[in-house]
Amino acid sequence: MTDTVATGGRVRSFSRILRLTQPNRADVIAFVLLIGIAALLVRGAEGVAEPLSRLRVEPVTLDPRYLPYYALRTVIRMFAALAASLVFTLVVATLAARSRRAGQIIVPMLDILQSVPILGFLTFTVTAFMGLFPGQILGVELAAVFAIFTSQAWNMAFSFYQSLRSVPSDLDEVTRGFALSPVRRFLRLDLPFATPSLVWNAMMSMSGGWFFVVASEAITVGNTTVTLPGVGSWLALAIARKDFTAIGLAVLAMGIVILLYDQLVFRPVVAWADRFRFEQTASTERPQSWAYDLFRRTRLLPVLFAPVTALGQLLLRLDRGRARQGQARIREPSIVLERLWQVTILVAVVAALWLAGRYVFATLLLSDAVAVFGLACITMLRVVVLIALASLVWVPIGVWIGLNPKWAERLQPVAQFLAAFPANVLFPFAVIGIVHWRLSPDIWLSPLMILGTQWYILFNVIAGASAIPTDLREAAGMFGVRGWQWWRQVALPGVFPYYVTGALTASGGSWNASIVAEAVSWGTQKVEAHGLGTFIAKATETGDYPRVALGIAVMSMFVIAFNRLVWRPMYAFAERRLRLA
Amino acid sequence: MATAFLRAPASRPLVQVEHVSHRYGRGDGGAPVLDDVSLTLHEDEVVGLLGRSGSGKSTLLRSIAGLIRPDEGRVHFADVSGGPAHTISMVFQTFALFPWLTVLQNVELGLEAQRVPADERRTRALAAIDLIGLDGFENAYPKELSGGMRQRVGLARAIVVNPSLLLMDEPFSALDVLTAETLRTDLLDLWAEGRMPIKSILIVTHNIEEAVLMCDRILVFSSNPGRVAAEIKVDLPQPRDRLDPAFRKLVDDIYAQMTARAPAEPVRDGLFPGTGIQMVLPRVSTNALAGLIEEVDASPFDGRAAMADLADQLQLEVDDLFPMAETLQLLRFAELQGADILLTPAARRYAQADVDARKALFAQALLAHVPLAQHIRRILDERSGHVAPARRFRDELEDHMSEDYADETLRTVTHWGRYAEVFAYDEDADRFSLDDAV
Repeated sequence: MTDTVATGGRVRSFSRILRLTQPNRADVIAFVLLIGIAALLVRGAEGVAEPLSRLRVEPVTLDPRYLPYYALRTVIRMFAALAASLVFTLVVATLAARSRRAGQIIVPMLDILQSVPILGFLTFTVTAFMGLFPGQILGVELAAVFAIFTSQAWNMAFSFYQSLRSVPSDLDEVTRGFALSPVRRFLRLDLPFATPSLVWNAMMSMSGGWFFVVASEAITVGNTTVTLPGVGSWLALAIARKDFTAIGLAVLAMGIVILLYDQLVFRPVVAWADRFRFEQTASTERPQSWAYDLFRRTRLLPVLFAPVTALGQLLLRLDRGRARQGQARIREPSIVLERLWQVTILVAVVAALWLAGRYVFATLLLSDAVAVFGLACITMLRVVVLIALASLVWVPIGVWIGLNPKWAERLQPVAQFLAAFPANVLFPFAVIGIVHWRLSPDIWLSPLMILGTQWYILFNVIAGASAIPTDLREAAGMFGVRGWQWWRQVALPGVFPYYVTGALTASGGSWNASIVAEAVSWGTQKVEAHGLGTFIAKATETGDYPRVALGIAVMSMFVIAFNRLVWRPMYAFAERRLRLA
Repeated sequence: MATAFLRAPASRPLVQVEHVSHRYGRGDGGAPVLDDVSLTLHEDEVVGLLGRSGSGKSTLLRSIAGLIRPDEGRVHFADVSGGPAHTISMVFQTFALFPWLTVLQNVELGLEAQRVPADERRTRALAAIDLIGLDGFENAYPKELSGGMRQRVGLARAIVVNPSLLLMDEPFSALDVLTAETLRTDLLDLWAEGRMPIKSILIVTHNIEEAVLMCDRILVFSSNPGRVAAEIKVDLPQPRDRLDPAFRKLVDDIYAQMTARAPAEPVRDGLFPGTGIQMVLPRVSTNALAGLIEEVDASPFDGRAAMADLADQLQLEVDDLFPMAETLQLLRFAELQGADILLTPAARRYAQADVDARKALFAQALLAHVPLAQHIRRILDERSGHVAPARRFRDELEDHMSEDYADETLRTVTHWGRYAEVFAYDEDADRFSLDDAV
């Protein structure tokens, strides 16, 4: 055999077989951590199954002793939503990829749902879930979880669908050649292939979710005000009471929680998912996680994954479909059935339009719609100006950081952390400032919209700048390219594809944030800016459902139009011209 | 059971391909890939499908594998009395290994699909890994292996399910020369010693020497659409020697076979499908053309070269060399005679000329012999602004050929036109012009 091992880098294998050695220190640490997490989960879950009246008996207090408990409840909500999103993703995206007809409806729906302002949903979902579980906390809890779910599920499902559609054709042929049953094919090919991007998307979605969990725990819909025990409610109360210390504590708690779940959950998962990356060469840089290394050194890893493995095994056991080898059957879709399907869709669309129109215009006039359109234009102006300003600031900084590997390595996680940090925690400070200096809310409230989302621009630009090939930079240096020419011909084209991704996310997030950022309060002081966000927020407060629906519809239209007319062409241009590959 | 001697009298048919035709895409609009192909594979033989890209050999392979259902015709497997039905497995050019499964798990994949119990699965997989020379690497992941070892895994995975027919889709073309040679030899040894439970092997390749080295029978495919153009029996004893004169002669014969024009095709328009502006142009760079002219012009060829020698010298495979040679023929820079390529006086002048003179010669040839280039230039000349949208020509081409072919043809003519400075093309505006054309 003349073959040699091409890559000597990683020869560690991931054996699932239990080691037969004495328990070591790593075992102990990991065990304690797991016990702790389990205990916390039980403690937190106890609170969910109680009657709603309990919330009034035991209202949220600003006692620091309770803060860890509140933080725990918030985290559990987040993970419950993440679990729901995962299930939704696996079912719906698989369906969309497998069935052409289902795909025709699901895919565009996901695309649109990604752009719909989630905060606007709250009104409807809180009412609906409270109706489902009258008098129980569970209903409100579910509403909060659902709000977070809506911020995560769509883009996870969309990414999973795209992965399923881009499964390498040779691997697809292998599974077809060996006639793997659908279940086996899913477990052996589809799921592993899609895992890395699913994990990444879940992580990004989770970051986005913090913003909404804070907004959804303490919510007023018409006459109903509900405050669930959690950091969000704590914050709402602190704002109402003008308690600076409490706000500071909330910020601190948020920071610690985000750091912990990042280190204990997502880093390990990202490190684990690296093995599913579809590449034939061993990469030099693998994601690192101390927690993952710790768990891997213990016997606990198999135990930890036991439920997942068991589920997989169970599915395989149940999968009794016979293996068959033979001609692939590509059924020609029947024309009658096809027509029938199209007619069904058409009828559904018309019915939906009619219902929505009747609902909204039963109480509203066309002039309302025109007014809302005007407000949307104001908000759009804000988004555009803010994205432009944020780009002016963060692109140069991001490029500078990205070109210094040492700094990039350190600051990239910081930027991601900042993106996860719920910026609404900081809103009260803006109100104080505006009231104190008597500034115009129309201008000075605007920056709040981009406070939490600008980081997407930063960390994407950092990633882009560090991906500029060294030879290009050396060539530029050699020929003395510097100053504006360097920006124009080296840096900006290099980071542009990444910038577009970041700016697209930031702009979508800013539209969403406008609902909480355009109308902010501090104690009894209320500051409002003109815009679509304020319109939706006020309509929610008064429980004016038709106006909320109108506001959401208009905002969705703007976001979608913005994506189609601005970002997508830029993206296409970047792909065609500037992709370095 | 079998030794090389026993394998020789191949008789019992294993697979029959009957009148298979296939088109790309749906309906009648797609470009034909396979046109009425019939062939029979017998037990105990290694058959090669030799042809260029676009000759539909991979499509035929996938039709036999059951991965594609051809539009017309059928693939029939000989009935087996009593025993298990025939199974087929396939070895891929790209190896097609699952990066998240270990070598062992990859090999077990097919057995798992057949619901083979875990113990038996392991035993059989380890035996196959052992047979193919991979023991010690059972727990490695594919990304830890070199290309040659990855293809060994692909081979082990294919034979572990005891297929009666092994299909190989350009199995060695992604490997370097040395590794490919070792793997070929190992495979032939296993085959000759009868240590694989395989009744027959079908290899798709565009490497003529590889086909002659391995196969008992070679089916030469013509392109666009794919047809069986010739069937060649290889009677040389195994192991075969590349330097054996009989071997060389066979290789030359096949080159001649592949350059020969089908009698029905018009002689003056080269070998590309279609005539006039409908001609599909292959993607060949002017640099490569210049290089080829210089190579043939210089010693030792001195204006005339055997294609086989040229392929050897330049380390080119049929897929690269043939389109280049045929483009030269289209431009009347060369003539293909049998297995030889012969430069015309124009080409010999080209070889000696400087950059500008070369461009002038090329422009002359382009406008004289490539109808599409003529067409574009004429339209540009006629228009007052001397600009024309590329869309116009693309539409025109798509009337006669598939979208992909139209795109490639237009790209090619753009490249040639730019080099010859016959016309210019602006990608942003997607239009042709005479702007910086001479």
